[in-house]
Amino acid sequence: MLQVETWKRVLIWALVAVGLLLAMPNLFYDRVERHNDAVSAIEGGADTSENRDAAGAWPSYLPSGLVNLGLDLRGGAHLLAEVQVEDVYAARLESFWPEVRDTLRPERDTVGTIRLQPSAADELRVRIGKPENMEQALELVRGLASPVQSLTGAGSTDITVRGEGSDIVVTLSEAEREATDDRTMRQSLEIIRRRIDEVGTREPTIQRQGFDRILIQVPGIGSAQELKDIIGTTAQLTFQPVVSRTSDPDENPGIGNELLPSMDQEGLYYVLEQAPVVTGEELNDAQPTFDQNGRPAVNFRFNPSGARAFGDYTAENIGSPFAIVLDNEVISAPVIQSHIAGGSGIITGDFSVEESTQLAVLLRAGALPAQMTFLEERTIGPELGQDSIEAGQIATAVAFIAVLVFMGLSYGLFGLFANIALIINIGLIFGLLSTIGATLTLPGIAGIVLTVGMAVDANVLVFERIREELKTSRGPARAIELGYERALSAIVDANITTFITAVILFVMGSGPVRGFAVTLGLGILTSVFTAIYVTRLLIVMWFERRRPKTIEV
Amino acid sequence: MRLKLIPSETSFDFFKRWRLWLGISAVMMVLAFASFAIRGLNYGIDFRGGTTIRTESSEPVNVGAYRDALQALNLGDVVISEVFDPSFGPDRNVAMVRISAQDAEASVTPETIDRVRAALQEIAPDVEFVSVESVGPKVSGELIQTAVVAVALAIGAVLVYIWLRFEWQFALGAVVALVHDVILTIGVFSEVGIRFDLAIIAALLTIVGYSLNDTVVVFDRVRENLIKYKSKGLKEVMNVSINETLSRTFMTSFTTLLALISLFVLGGDVIRGFVFAMIWGVIVGTYSSIFVASAILLWLGVKRDWSKPTDTTGNQFGDVDA
Repeated sequence: MLQVETWKRVLIWALVAVGLLLAMPNLFYDRVERHNDAVSAIEGGADTSENRDAAGAWPSYLPSGLVNLGLDLRGGAHLLAEVQVEDVYAARLESFWPEVRDTLRPERDTVGTIRLQPSAADELRVRIGKPENMEQALELVRGLASPVQSLTGAGSTDITVRGEGSDIVVTLSEAEREATDDRTMRQSLEIIRRRIDEVGTREPTIQRQGFDRILIQVPGIGSAQELKDIIGTTAQLTFQPVVSRTSDPDENPGIGNELLPSMDQEGLYYVLEQAPVVTGEELNDAQPTFDQNGRPAVNFRFNPSGARAFGDYTAENIGSPFAIVLDNEVISAPVIQSHIAGGSGIITGDFSVEESTQLAVLLRAGALPAQMTFLEERTIGPELGQDSIEAGQIATAVAFIAVLVFMGLSYGLFGLFANIALIINIGLIFGLLSTIGATLTLPGIAGIVLTVGMAVDANVLVFERIREELKTSRGPARAIELGYERALSAIVDANITTFITAVILFVMGSGPVRGFAVTLGLGILTSVFTAIYVTRLLIVMWFERRRPKTIEV
Repeated sequence: MRLKLIPSETSFDFFKRWRLWLGISAVMMVLAFASFAIRGLNYGIDFRGGTTIRTESSEPVNVGAYRDALQALNLGDVVISEVFDPSFGPDRNVAMVRISAQDAEASVTPETIDRVRAALQEIAPDVEFVSVESVGPKVSGELIQTAVVAVALAIGAVLVYIWLRFEWQFALGAVVALVHDVILTIGVFSEVGIRFDLAIIAALLTIVGYSLNDTVVVFDRVRENLIKYKSKGLKEVMNVSINETLSRTFMTSFTTLLALISLFVLGGDVIRGFVFAMIWGVIVGTYSSIFVASAILLWLGVKRDWSKPTDTTGNQFGDVDA
């Protein structure tokens, strides 16, 4: 008849207890949050007494997982950036030119003169003086190809070389492009992560989205603009030989050279050799400092290979100028006074203190391999988030109480059982959300409110069924049992179909919509659990104790 | 004494004029579609690209002055609307400013935002930008596509599930009801001109889920009663089933509406459109499970005896044996 095995009872109550325990930290949100921050700060080495106090304010044996608040509740900035992966192709090809030149030069007798030709960004064009020996020249250049380092591109080489009239055309192979794109994306992600970490904000989300996009969400930051300032600059630092200076922005720099503007002197342009002597990737460290005149500057140190390259170059070119270039602007172009060994130096320019500090951060974190376009940006002020939380809390509380009262009025004692289950249900949702580290958004709160409304559905189905069975069955125990049995298929079918839509929302949606899908989906799971197991167990326990001859549902 | 929304035993004849109900639903769908075609939806920036700025100031919002100030900046299409919420005091005046996309791909530049801020500060010196959201046209195009695919996928998945659990007539009835609900919701949005953004798609999918929930409960009972009352006509069986589940239908819709209405009134203006869509969806979804999904089932007819294998398969094997 109406009974539940002991092990099942223990399991159900244990699950409920664990769920509620996991949800509990959310009741003390601020305190637990301070505790968590302090614990991670202490792990990071900041073992101050203040941090230890904050860490001690929440017992360490209790769970400390919290529901993350989404940007729309906490305030912060959201950016969707697209990385211009093609930028990297040109740089890759550019770096081939010296190699091609050095390979062909000893064979000048067969191939004739070698000249770099202007070309599209995705190819390298070299004209040779004796096109009749093109085959030998191509053979030599092909020898420069190396295998692609990636899983999918295994077996193919990085460049394709073909002859076109008297031109040798070098392009990147398809496999190499894919490998380069992937590398570019991974580098970009890593560098953005490092830059954001340098600024020290809490719980940033940095994710690759699709093929060439990066989603960045930083709670608590003032505006998307601040975030863009941190990650929007590529911070590509190069040291390039200077060919000449000019004031004509349209001057033809010549092949293999480029014309770049000066950063602080309007109307001044430099003609530079395109291939850099050293790049920012070879930096070990960068710190804000002041120059001998007390102006803000940035101090840097090369790694050993950078130091060697820079030392060799300065030794060979004493008396000629070289340019320090940041993101295609010449910061300064000092004349080399002496051989600079040791690999450290200072960048002076027209900086403010903030600018020099930021430049040091950017240089330290490394340069972004490619430019980014921002496709989407959102800034939510913290006050708006606070308002939304408050409104959400009030609305949820009112919705909750209204449903509790209504259920009590409609089903009496059974309604009370359903209400206990509903309270447990909300606790379980928060417990699950905290455990999986899900993010609660404003639509997510709506999802919870909707769950409150719909969670009673399973109970209603059962109770209505029990009412029907009471009319025909022998005795209340049988009616309750049949009520559960016969309502089950409707409950399962109805909830699975809603669950399907929640899953589709989760897969297809992003941001707040996904937050909604998560709470809706979890709400379905917990409400089915509480309706089928918890309410039933409550009813069975009541029934065993009272043994009523008749029941009213 | 129990609170009862409807008597515990009812015997309404829901299908006396089922053709009329289907006809009304069809007309409503055509009207909704016409409204969508003629007026179009008031797409938010998620779908058309552009920037929305939520401004707050202690001075009353003068929509005309805001518009004049921004028109001078030549930003293209500018829409300004004042936002009201009972929780705002007299010194909190909120407006939404929407400017169209300035670039073919990317989101708004900080210079544009600064120009807008400067222009508005001329009118209301203490104006603050509480939130700024900007979506580039490149992304917004993709978002529309994803949204349409999501709704279509959800309906498709449901069709398959019900087909597996019931019979194709049930699946078709349920899906027609879903399409009915989605179209009517879109119709209301185009008619009332509420901003249609990504969150509304979430609401649409929830409506799909809710409406289905309701339909499945009715169908489940129809399936059960088809076996129980073998001699009764389909129309009668369906009437009995709907009457039997009517009490539950009302209870659930009512509690859900209770929760949603409290969110609508108290949940703040940011999600009001979203909640409105769901409230409408619950009402339409409840209606459609009876007057669309069930009516279609009645129209299509359904096999009666669930305990034996279908006639066709039985005959095939019989023929082979003979």
